[in-house]
Amino acid sequence: MHNLTKNITSLAKKSALVLALASSFATPAFAAGGAISGGPEFKHVDWSWAGVFGTFDRAQLQRGYQVYKEVCASCHAMELVKFRNLSEAGGPEFSKAQVKVLAAEYEIEDGPDAEGEMFMRSRKPKDALPSPFANDNAAKASNGGALPPDLSLIAKSRGHFSFKDMFMGRDGLSGGPNYIYNLLVGYEDEVPEYITKYYDHKNEEGLKADPDYTESHFELGDSNFNNFFPGYKLAMAMPLDDDSVEYSDGTKATLAQQAEDVSTFLMWAAEPKMEIRKSIGIRVLLFLIILAGLMYAVKRRIWENVRH
Amino acid sequence: MSGHSTYVPKSNAGKWLEERLPIISLMHGAAVSMPNPRNLNYWWVFGGIAMFMLIVQIVTGIVLAMHYTPHADMAFSSVEHIMRDVNWGWLLRYTHANGASMFFVAVYIHILRGMYYGSYKAPREVLWLLGMLIYLLMMATGFMGYVLPWGQMSFWGATVITNFFEVVPFIGDDIRTLLWGGFAVDNPTLNRFFSLHYLLPFVILGVVILHIWALHVPGSNNPLGIEPKTKQDTMRFHPYFTMKDLYAIVLFAIVLFYFVFFNPNFMGHPDNYIRANSLVTPPHIVPEWYYLPFYAIVRAIPDKALGVAGMFGAILIMFVVPWLDTSKVRSAKFRPAYRIFFWVFLFNGLLLGYLGQVSTTDDFLGIHGVTNLLISRIGTIYYFGFFVVILPVLGLIEKTKPLPNSISEAVLGVEGAKAEAEEMAANESKA
Amino acid sequence: MADTSKVEEPGRRDFLYIATGAFGALGVGVGAWPLIDQMNPDASVKALASIEVDISSVGEGESITVNWRGKPVFVRHRTAAEIKLSVETPLEDLVDPEEDAARAEKPEWLVMVGVCTHLGCIPLGEAGKYNGWFCPCHNSTYDTAGRIRSGPAPKNLEIPKYTFISDTVIKIG
Repeated sequence: MHNLTKNITSLAKKSALVLALASSFATPAFAAGGAISGGPEFKHVDWSWAGVFGTFDRAQLQRGYQVYKEVCASCHAMELVKFRNLSEAGGPEFSKAQVKVLAAEYEIEDGPDAEGEMFMRSRKPKDALPSPFANDNAAKASNGGALPPDLSLIAKSRGHFSFKDMFMGRDGLSGGPNYIYNLLVGYEDEVPEYITKYYDHKNEEGLKADPDYTESHFELGDSNFNNFFPGYKLAMAMPLDDDSVEYSDGTKATLAQQAEDVSTFLMWAAEPKMEIRKSIGIRVLLFLIILAGLMYAVKRRIWENVRH
Repeated sequence: MSGHSTYVPKSNAGKWLEERLPIISLMHGAAVSMPNPRNLNYWWVFGGIAMFMLIVQIVTGIVLAMHYTPHADMAFSSVEHIMRDVNWGWLLRYTHANGASMFFVAVYIHILRGMYYGSYKAPREVLWLLGMLIYLLMMATGFMGYVLPWGQMSFWGATVITNFFEVVPFIGDDIRTLLWGGFAVDNPTLNRFFSLHYLLPFVILGVVILHIWALHVPGSNNPLGIEPKTKQDTMRFHPYFTMKDLYAIVLFAIVLFYFVFFNPNFMGHPDNYIRANSLVTPPHIVPEWYYLPFYAIVRAIPDKALGVAGMFGAILIMFVVPWLDTSKVRSAKFRPAYRIFFWVFLFNGLLLGYLGQVSTTDDFLGIHGVTNLLISRIGTIYYFGFFVVILPVLGLIEKTKPLPNSISEAVLGVEGAKAEAEEMAANESKA
Repeated sequence: MADTSKVEEPGRRDFLYIATGAFGALGVGVGAWPLIDQMNPDASVKALASIEVDISSVGEGESITVNWRGKPVFVRHRTAAEIKLSVETPLEDLVDPEEDAARAEKPEWLVMVGVCTHLGCIPLGEAGKYNGWFCPCHNSTYDTAGRIRSGPAPKNLEIPKYTFISDTVIKIG
């Protein structure tokens, strides 16, 4: 018994240290929006795919693809995702025949043919999702100088992998999709009151302290106001609104529904192996826990008669 | 290493080999019959765990190199190709990436254990030096490995770190150009980093073998910090310590694979999922967590050259610890004052780690008027003060507790040790 | 060293040790699989399954070579003489007996993987004493239907899966 208590205490100490190390080095939370308080609350969506056992909802991924295809794809590329991925396990799981049809809607340059000429052919499952612009410069030129980022990894390259999410069973990855969701629903037609109030207050305080204080104001310029974009000024105009798409499965296409669907689709696009990863992970951890139990018994058996 | 071996070849083939290359008795001496202090606690398992992690990293690394393309235009896509197309590629890459972090966790605990129990003191100075060399090589390997995915953090991390070398007097510029193979971090840099990232782990493995050799000459230190005197003080390495180490390795693997399967990007940075762009710097450049305390030190020092010197000095000063510590007593168990300074040192290291990834101009934990920079400076002063003031002075003035006569007496009590000694003698004469 | 006399012989194979050992070995075995399987063709390679070849410009007595899954595929528009030569060859003269009809869906079009079945070199066309293909590496000689006639190669040249999409386009794979 003495041994056991000792082992447990030393293990507890060990894990405490590991956790302390990990927590102190956790990457800082991605600043959602600016530092100004009083805006709408950042919503943490209850994703079906979050947590240790979470899986994607196929219908939602298919709807998400529809939103991506009909709205996002007119400006954003997705060069790491291939049409064939859309029929692979753990994704939207369109049928192979459906994917052929989806791919054939777009063309791609191929060649050279026997005469040395490049030619256009329809896309096949092996090809990537289409890019709306020939290159980055063309994309910038068509978007007022701002480059619409490639969306293949957007769900992993935005947002944070927070310690809290890790223990809330949120997979530690939900920061990105939560950010995308909030961004999509976070547009305002006009600069909201909490921003103007903040600047008014700042100017008032500044003038009190120093009569030569130069007033500052929030200038939106050509940008669009978004509650959750760092700095609030977003080049992308509000891309989604109620009924921006018409879902073929009859789901009502509210703004929130579309934002959730497309965020989920982007999560899948960034991490297409998530489902298999988790399902294998559960088995691996169970195996290791049993092995650890056996090893503990072996170790105890061997040290049984040794005081140490 | 073969000094402890009790191996006697039984088969003719075994005898044949033993006469020509006594490799089996060498390994037998190192991993089977080697006497180890019987009172080692669980802090002593991290050497074995670090060895396990090194093997995990080498095996997954070799396999990943079969699919990775070290070219500035293709590196990022080839990593995503591994994640998306290669059979089990996601598992291999996530294991390698998280394995690097967990390797550092094991090594940090291993080093701190050595500091707490005075494992670096005579006659184990060479053991300590070799260990520090491993640590330094790991830092270089980890840094170059982080560059390979060629994301934004890879690129800008490489830029910042290589720019450190500019402060070397007279030839700094030339060294930097030499590292880059150009006028900025670019394809030649990536290529050579890949080559070295593949090479260095094998150098580490070589130094690890030397480290184990240097361990087996004096034998392991122990929580009491006194040398084993009689046979009663030690146990055979196998099965006692092999099984204990394996048990610990399985427990450690649970932590590793928790991250791999359920939180694989926790220790990475989101910006590294953005392709490297030499025209856009990310708003916050943060190194991998295991460099953060040193990054905090470089930022705490206002002068660039001194800052870089401070950062490298913070690592290099660890090499001379055996000669800075003047105490005759090894284990902190018998050094009440050192024990306090040690825990403060550990806490200070964690604090510097935290400070390495926050903005220096922000308030420390929101305390008005106390900037992170100020706390970083205090932390830096304590870090160096611990080595150059506390270790030498404390050894001279500290009143230590009395040491036990032997390990077996400490474990069994005076009477118990006597009884066991008699029993052992009786068994031996019977045999 | 202490205590070794008191414990049971550590090598004793009781149930616990065997179970633990077996469990550990299972873990190592299963864990090795991803390390091996990663070398198998990946998803992007498997996706490049089929190609379409336009044969309208290949005249009688001419051949083209196309790249399919990283290997050359010979498409030969055979002459009547070549077909006759092949059809009239008695099966007992062949190392790897196969009817000419089994080698070509349309007799005038021969589609084969251009890789010698000996050790993988690419045979030369319209060469060798059987007027078919000749492999310069080890002198394997194939006839006008790509069947092995002499030399060390054990089998006829491989016929890939192909279909005629139209009279002038073949889909290989």
